[in-house]
Amino acid sequence: MEFNLLRRKVNNYVILSLTFIAAAITVLPLLFIFYYTISKGITYLSLDFFINMPKPVGEVGGGMANAIVGTLILIGIGSAIGLPVGIMTGIYLADFGRNKLGKVVGFLTDVLSGIPSIVVGVVAYTLVVIPMRHFSAFAGGIALAILMIPTITRTTEEMIKLVPDSFREAGLALGIPKWKTSVNIVLRSAWKGIATGILLGLARVAGETAPLLFTALGNRFWSTKIFQPIASLTVYIYDYAKSPFSEWNQQAWTASLVLIILISLISLLFKFLTRSKYKSR
Amino acid sequence: MHNTINTINTINTIQPELTSKVIKEKVKKNIVVDVKNLAAYFGKTKVLKEINLPVPRNKILAIIGPSGCGKSTFLRCINRMHEVVGGTMTGEILFDGKHIMKYDPVQLRRKIGMVFQKPNPFPTMSIFNNVVAGLRLNGVRNKKKLSVIVEQSLKQVALWDEVKDSLQDSGINISGGQQQRLCIARAIAVQPEVILMDEPASALDPISTAKIEELLYELKKNYTIVIVTHNMQQAARVSDLTAFLYMGELIEFDKTSKIFTNPALKQTEDYISGRFG
Repeated sequence: MEFNLLRRKVNNYVILSLTFIAAAITVLPLLFIFYYTISKGITYLSLDFFINMPKPVGEVGGGMANAIVGTLILIGIGSAIGLPVGIMTGIYLADFGRNKLGKVVGFLTDVLSGIPSIVVGVVAYTLVVIPMRHFSAFAGGIALAILMIPTITRTTEEMIKLVPDSFREAGLALGIPKWKTSVNIVLRSAWKGIATGILLGLARVAGETAPLLFTALGNRFWSTKIFQPIASLTVYIYDYAKSPFSEWNQQAWTASLVLIILISLISLLFKFLTRSKYKSR
Repeated sequence: MHNTINTINTINTIQPELTSKVIKEKVKKNIVVDVKNLAAYFGKTKVLKEINLPVPRNKILAIIGPSGCGKSTFLRCINRMHEVVGGTMTGEILFDGKHIMKYDPVQLRRKIGMVFQKPNPFPTMSIFNNVVAGLRLNGVRNKKKLSVIVEQSLKQVALWDEVKDSLQDSGINISGGQQQRLCIARAIAVQPEVILMDEPASALDPISTAKIEELLYELKKNYTIVIVTHNMQQAARVSDLTAFLYMGELIEFDKTSKIFTNPALKQTEDYISGRFG
């Protein structure tokens, strides 16, 4: 009896410690990331970084205004294509595609989410860049859209499926057509969860580098033209971090910090936009 | 005018059988929902067996019977919600003299409203928007008109005084009884002819239940109501007609007073007196 009790306590303690260690290992990299990006990136973080263009090697200072705007434009194009397609596919899968075709579409969506981003970049290169004969923000946006669609589709589907059938039935019983019930009642009830999915999708593509190398390419100059190559923070980070100039290496850290801030701002904005109109009791 | 009177006189004196035909027509017109030989299925399982049941206008018909006897399915056949969950049906249900399968389901459901067992106001909408959801989503945008309908509908369900100062609050921050009355207001805002109620008070406390029952009495003036209930006293209190279903079959259908005082069949008597079911 006594022995068993002791053994149980020891077992409990061991397992508890293991889970705690695993949790610490999970959180540790994030802390390192924050520590390094903030401590190293803060040097160049000033208003100048946001409003100035990159300076040539050797000159002190300069910013990444073109890359910040470029990243926003790329995310914008990606969302403009990826959000409607992803959300509507999700609605289809949850509310209309409860059949064989739906299952196939769902499976293909899962396969798509497992495709490495660099492969998506190559595909966008073949589909968009080669026919157009030059790199462009548009091609980059398409690559990002393809990458975000599966995440958004699956979260939309899951969230819509969580909405109780009683709301659907209430809508239908009021003589509201099925698609209007889906969009105005079900989608609105699921909106908060879907917004989280959108956010994950956006955050994921905002940090993509590989697919942009073949598509948006990058640009040393100021450009907001959709059909021209465009700069992005991630490609700048890639270029600057591997360059031999310590000045550039420093700026790569700052660019990383800015990228993290940018993503945080987008998620804050989303939280604000999707906040509930009503206080919950 | 003179001619018409003459014609009627002629009919009356010469062809009395024609007059009875006129009366028959009138009776027929008074039947708003006429169920003939209705059988309903889930896959191959037959859940309703050849039901014949006329529902007269501006009356309350109560459907009673033990759990699983097909009460809800019967209700859901009438507004074609049965097919939404993959069920099928054979036989005829005439609504205003026309087979329900000949209506567009969306149109039919605007004429035959439904109130569910659990109150289900739309959580993302205010009280105001809940009431007019059916209208707004069908394209009515005129704010003045919508306000008038909100006030009318909420007054009809005796909820107006309780929520008139919080119309813009969420529809789910009110009590369960209020929510159910809100759902009834939502159903009558689209001005249906028939309201189907699937145990509307079973999730509510006695006071809210009493309020809903009072309400039924008022609603009868303008609407025909078919109510499914587990509560025998409730059926006896509120309805004009009662139908007793058992194992998918219509056992007895008569005036409520008759069913509850002097039922024709022993099976009905046993059920209402609580000896089985």
